[in-house]
Amino acid sequence: MEELIDDWMARIADAARVGGSLAIRGGGSKLFYGCPEQGEKADLLEVGGYRGIVAYEPTELVVTARTGTPLRELAATLAEKGQWLPFEPPHFGPAATVGGMFAAGLSGPRRQAVGALRDYVLGAKLLNGSGEVLSFGGQVMKNVAGYDVSRLLAGSLGTLGLVLEVSLKVLPLPVAEKSLRFAIDEGEALRKLNEWGGRPLPISASAWQDGVLTLRLSGAAAALAAAQRHLGGEELGDGLAAEFWQSLREQTHAFFAGEAPVWRLSLPSVAPPQALPGPTLIEWGGAQRWLRAGDGGAIRVAAAKAGGHATLFRADDALKAAQGVFQLLSPPLLRIHRNLKHAFDPQGVFNRGRMYPGL
Amino acid sequence: MSIESSVAEQRFTVDRLALVERLRAVLPAQALLVEEEEMRPYDCDGLTAYRQLPLIVALPADEAQAQAILKICYELKVPVVARGAATGLSGGATPHRDGVLVSLAKLKKIISVDPLSRTAVVQPGVRNLSVSEAAAPYALYYAPDPSSQIACTIGGNVAENAGGVHCLKYGLTVHNVMRVRGLSIEGEIVEFGNAALDAPGYDLLALINGSEGLLAMITEVTVKLTPKPELAQVVIASFGNVRQAGDAVASIIAAGIIPAGLEMMDKKAIHAVEPYVNAGYDMDAEAILLCESDGTPEEVAEEIARMTAVLEKSGAAGIRVSQDEAERLKFWAGRKAAFPAVGRMTPDYLCMDGTIPRKRLAEMLEAINRLSEKYALRCANVFHAGDGNLHPLIMYDANQPGELERAVAFGAEILELSVRFGGTITGEHGVGIEKVDVMAEQFSLAEIAAFHRLKTAFDEHGLLNPGKGVPTLARCREYTLARAGSAGSADSADTSPRL
Repeated sequence: MEELIDDWMARIADAARVGGSLAIRGGGSKLFYGCPEQGEKADLLEVGGYRGIVAYEPTELVVTARTGTPLRELAATLAEKGQWLPFEPPHFGPAATVGGMFAAGLSGPRRQAVGALRDYVLGAKLLNGSGEVLSFGGQVMKNVAGYDVSRLLAGSLGTLGLVLEVSLKVLPLPVAEKSLRFAIDEGEALRKLNEWGGRPLPISASAWQDGVLTLRLSGAAAALAAAQRHLGGEELGDGLAAEFWQSLREQTHAFFAGEAPVWRLSLPSVAPPQALPGPTLIEWGGAQRWLRAGDGGAIRVAAAKAGGHATLFRADDALKAAQGVFQLLSPPLLRIHRNLKHAFDPQGVFNRGRMYPGL
Repeated sequence: MSIESSVAEQRFTVDRLALVERLRAVLPAQALLVEEEEMRPYDCDGLTAYRQLPLIVALPADEAQAQAILKICYELKVPVVARGAATGLSGGATPHRDGVLVSLAKLKKIISVDPLSRTAVVQPGVRNLSVSEAAAPYALYYAPDPSSQIACTIGGNVAENAGGVHCLKYGLTVHNVMRVRGLSIEGEIVEFGNAALDAPGYDLLALINGSEGLLAMITEVTVKLTPKPELAQVVIASFGNVRQAGDAVASIIAAGIIPAGLEMMDKKAIHAVEPYVNAGYDMDAEAILLCESDGTPEEVAEEIARMTAVLEKSGAAGIRVSQDEAERLKFWAGRKAAFPAVGRMTPDYLCMDGTIPRKRLAEMLEAINRLSEKYALRCANVFHAGDGNLHPLIMYDANQPGELERAVAFGAEILELSVRFGGTITGEHGVGIEKVDVMAEQFSLAEIAAFHRLKTAFDEHGLLNPGKGVPTLARCREYTLARAGSAGSADSADTSPRL
């Protein structure tokens, strides 16, 4: 498999020489995410063939996998040992790969309780724009030698280089789960979610939509029973609950259907209900709010005013071009972004413009 | 010890009188220390073997003053070293002889504690423990708890990505910080992260954690607060040999248990601690494990039972469970006092900080015992066993000729072994000046060069904490050549396990 890397090195060198660019492609399940790549000359760099789990030791709570490893395969391997990636990364399709998950940096419903993908990153091996193979971080839980480049790479949409391999912390699967439903309006739901968040309750996910709040509890059976007595609510059947959380994680829920653009607002959990037009769905205890609407200008202003930011998560290319996908950066941060891009990919070979124009 | 370090070779040409004049124009008189005797208390951090007077010490009272200092330093191309409580153990806050040491100790305001959003906004000079104290009325706390938490500051915690004894379950500083506000070397205000759970663009917040003051100067931090568990209990298990204790650690994880804390101490550490704090440790044990469970009373009861079963099966000679909060704190007091306790037994000690895969713990302890004989220096071991983070404390007497050199060589061998075992030279203390040369053990020249380019993305002229964290390429080459030379000697071949 290492001959693939030689081939890629040659292609990177070629692209750098002629000022061309390469679009990195794993399973293609997250092509919808980010800006359409810029530049006529972008060649496809297919990396799905570089696959396989390199190392997995359940007692070390660490797995290392190559970039093209199907996420389904990784999940199955971990499940055999009673473990998993607790941040519930969305697959967005059966072809999803480890590299795509890492590059997109997205986390699922459990993020509010256990942290994001980047919190589980221990190390990464990178092929940079000069064709060098570089390793950062490692396979251990604590590591402060050198800058934390592997976490920087998580969510960088492949713009800093081709990630060959990642090492992730894994955890045991929850012993038991239970989902509860409450009829409650948006403002009240946000207030309750934040109050509950300050108590040692085993809440592992939350979703509010159309006057219904759904909570998921995870942990020891005894703790779930105690929490249920405390919280009340109506219990959802196990099968139905699993389907519900899966449909949020994978955005197959009816809320996400149809052609209207999908906006993702990342806000302080305590931000009040946003007076924005369009249906809304609230996750992560109030910190992630989805909106189906078109007026990007007002959404961006509202998100910034609330202390967060907005992403045009799903939309056609024309709208993305008009609105931009990600919230604009302050001038000093934009300068740092450009400098970092240059530090890792001086010729601008990788995923040009996927995150911001000119990056 | 003289500074024969990478800091010393980074020289800058600075007109001290002109610099003082410029700084006097923007700072109150008492915020500037220029006389040797008043600067002396700032000549080192927790790595006391390395001392260096800075050119000037500046004590800004707020962000605006810090900004003014940086603007002047940037304009005049003067190096800047930030300092909090100086409890760091790797020399991250050791001054630069041509530079300004900026103490952020006066920026010690807790700006807000918000129980609803479970966050606190604090200035960098706020002590770690005082964040938890301010959050306590709301039954919240700040989870990372380095042993120095009474004294160490949040700014320093972020700079070093500090850990503690509860990292396995609650994470490091990087997992508990939402936003860092700071100043670029140009003196511009920069914000990494925000009040939400993520920010657009690259994860610069992750990058700033553990960047050892090389990328920006921190002026404000938003930390995440965690609900206090209803109950916590700790199990102490004593073992007749270190291998059993090491294997018990792996068995606990294999059983699907993530303890809130999982710590190990060897016999020398126990014997240092017990007479000092009377924690109730078993003086006959070769090693003890402290294994904590927290959560609801139901969860804790269930988990303690499972832990106890695993520990018994792993051959624990004795097991005790804390019966109340006072006893739990007493059990932990011993572990947390390990460094000062060892400090009572020896004029000086060096604290190592490698991290290795948990399964190599026993092997590492045995290797350290062999090295202890080879260098004729005592070594006590305390480990964050749950995350494989080792703190061998190498005891020496700086007044005995050759002892410091032997201690340093002993430490270097431990760090090399850590890398060879698949780990890292530093888990939580940072590289600083102490481990800057050993970086070449862990990283290739291309990787080191990538770190330098990353640094340049933030600080083009290399003015922020120069000479720390990342060695120059020339030093890497020297180090590699020197190691290649000594690897052939029979001396090191005797004690280094071959893999």
